[in-house]
Amino acid sequence: MHRILGGLAAVLLAIGLWLGLGVAPRDAVQGNVQRIMYVHVPAILTGYVAIGLVLVASVAYLWTRRAAWDRVAAAGGELAVCFVGLTLATGSIWGKPTWGTWWTWDARLTSTALLFVIYLGYLLLRSVVEDPERAATYAAVLGIIGALDVPIIHFSVEWWRTLHQPATMLKPQAPSMDPVMLQALLVNVAAFLATFSYLVMRRCRLLTLRAETLARVIGSF
Amino acid sequence: MIQTSGLVKLYGMHAALRGVTLEVPPGQILTILGHNGSGKTTLVRLLATLARPTAGRGRIGGHDLIDGRDEVRRLVALVGHSTHLYDDLTPRENLAFWETLAGRRADADQIDAALARVGLDGQADTRVRALSSGLRRRVALARAMLREPRVLLLDEAFSGLDQDSTKRLEDYLHAFKAGGGAAVVVTHSLGRALAIADRVAVLAGGRIAAEATRASLTEEALQRLYLSATDAGA
Amino acid sequence: MSPFLRTAWAVFWKDLLVERRAKEGANALGFFAILLLFLFYFALGPDSDRIRAALPGLFWLAFILAGVLGLGRAFALERENDCLDGLILAPADKGAIYLGKLAGTTALMLAMEVIFVTATGIFYNLDIWAAVPRLLLVALAGTIGFAAVGTLFAAMTAHLRAREVLLPVLLLPLAVPVLLAAVKLTDLALAGEGWGPAWPWWQLLLGFDVVFLVAGLLTFEFVLEA
Repeated sequence: MHRILGGLAAVLLAIGLWLGLGVAPRDAVQGNVQRIMYVHVPAILTGYVAIGLVLVASVAYLWTRRAAWDRVAAAGGELAVCFVGLTLATGSIWGKPTWGTWWTWDARLTSTALLFVIYLGYLLLRSVVEDPERAATYAAVLGIIGALDVPIIHFSVEWWRTLHQPATMLKPQAPSMDPVMLQALLVNVAAFLATFSYLVMRRCRLLTLRAETLARVIGSF
Repeated sequence: MIQTSGLVKLYGMHAALRGVTLEVPPGQILTILGHNGSGKTTLVRLLATLARPTAGRGRIGGHDLIDGRDEVRRLVALVGHSTHLYDDLTPRENLAFWETLAGRRADADQIDAALARVGLDGQADTRVRALSSGLRRRVALARAMLREPRVLLLDEAFSGLDQDSTKRLEDYLHAFKAGGGAAVVVTHSLGRALAIADRVAVLAGGRIAAEATRASLTEEALQRLYLSATDAGA
Repeated sequence: MSPFLRTAWAVFWKDLLVERRAKEGANALGFFAILLLFLFYFALGPDSDRIRAALPGLFWLAFILAGVLGLGRAFALERENDCLDGLILAPADKGAIYLGKLAGTTALMLAMEVIFVTATGIFYNLDIWAAVPRLLLVALAGTIGFAAVGTLFAAMTAHLRAREVLLPVLLLPLAVPVLLAAVKLTDLALAGEGWGPAWPWWQLLLGFDVVFLVAGLLTFEFVLEA
């Protein structure tokens, strides 16, 4: 199963790359720099999916107490940090030539940075708590609280910013976007989601193998 | 009253309990002996529902240790190393607090009676911080008494007690047993075990390495049993 | 009174009693508040206008910093004699314990906030007294929201060696909406503005409070029993 998924992800990524860098037209206003959108937007969308996965797995873990759900949450948390981090990095890279600065405190970037910090804290919590069961429980609670906070953070930062200046964001102009651009974007979104799913599966497999090995070592008493 | 089957507790890579199966019917006191690190306190914590077993099952008063946690907690009173007392409150205030948390209305008369029973009526309004450790243990005992538990778990409850306190605890144990309660008493003292037990079990290496009825044991026999069990299991 | 409320009240009252009698004392938080006032002056002064302009933000910075300390204390007092185990063993509804802890921390923080605002009024000769009722409401709503999430993480980090660092690291990013809304509402209150512009921020703050109060009530038992 995962081999098919991996293959699909690789193919989609390749097509997406080709479409985004080559086929899609150059943006009239921003030039080639705008092509970063083909990574930036799928990255944050995948990040949100990862955060959602952590939420679901966290609730499931607290409900059933099955370690498999904890492993899914752990994998989801790691990938959330990766993809949100990628979003921030690409946003920053886009910002330098466009605004002349590596960072702006615009609403989107700011709330994304907060998400990054929250889920980095999620990984930190897991690593600091020694007892595995306790770590799983604490992480699950944080996973739920964090996910609940995501929309609230988003709105609060947005309102706060719009009072000060109009929001300027790296965002595709929705209905009026060039259809070829849109197509390239969608392919990349699909590619990222497939990659994400593949990585979650492989990571879970690794964590499961580790747990099974541990059980066998201890079980030999 | 207390039944366990293959209780296992892992802390990370360390196996504190490796399969403990025991049974304590009502009206009986089981004493558990063992070296430090043999898993005695872990076993008590599992029975008290302070920790969840990694594997195995247990039932107290018919309620499962995992699924019936709240019901088990209503039946059980734990008197252990830690007193669970607030140093800045008085014994009376502590007991009133813990009674309320136990879901009961704190009855001043009952609290007074419990404190009198443990010989603390004079210090009922002194802050716990000012009491000696023996007296603090008595407050913890008074709290357990108020709960009118069906199951009593004592973890080294006798260590560091003066003669008066020891006598009161022993008296309470006998009354408790006569009332049909079941008790598990963890101790490292062979003498203590002989004094109060109906059955004796030796915990070594996370398992029950030996078990016998009190009636069948003399002091030397218990010593031999203890030594051979701890040598074999450790 | 239902057992739930009785338990919550017992925990709240016990926390206040212990706090009042403990040698360390709640005085420390009050002194800390005044100390922060001086620190802000040294860091941002001596031109008082800069401080006046930043006042809403400074209020909430101070409240949050002191709040982290207050949250830590709420569970530090349970560590002696393993009273935390005692709380777990009690057949009580763990949500009631959460509520009691939350109420205790909120009360402590509110006391500290009152001291800080009063001291600010005195030291900067500000006429903020007209705004006090509204300020109190904002303080209450903001503190409850902060403490609702904070109590959960204070309970989690109570066991850990790195608790003093980990609590703020986990809590503060999550509490940003409270900070934003509370500062905004404080600003509007101090400026004497009407309720109109304040309304969306009230919605945000109260929404945060409700969401995380419910989340806390539901998840606290998992944290406690872990």
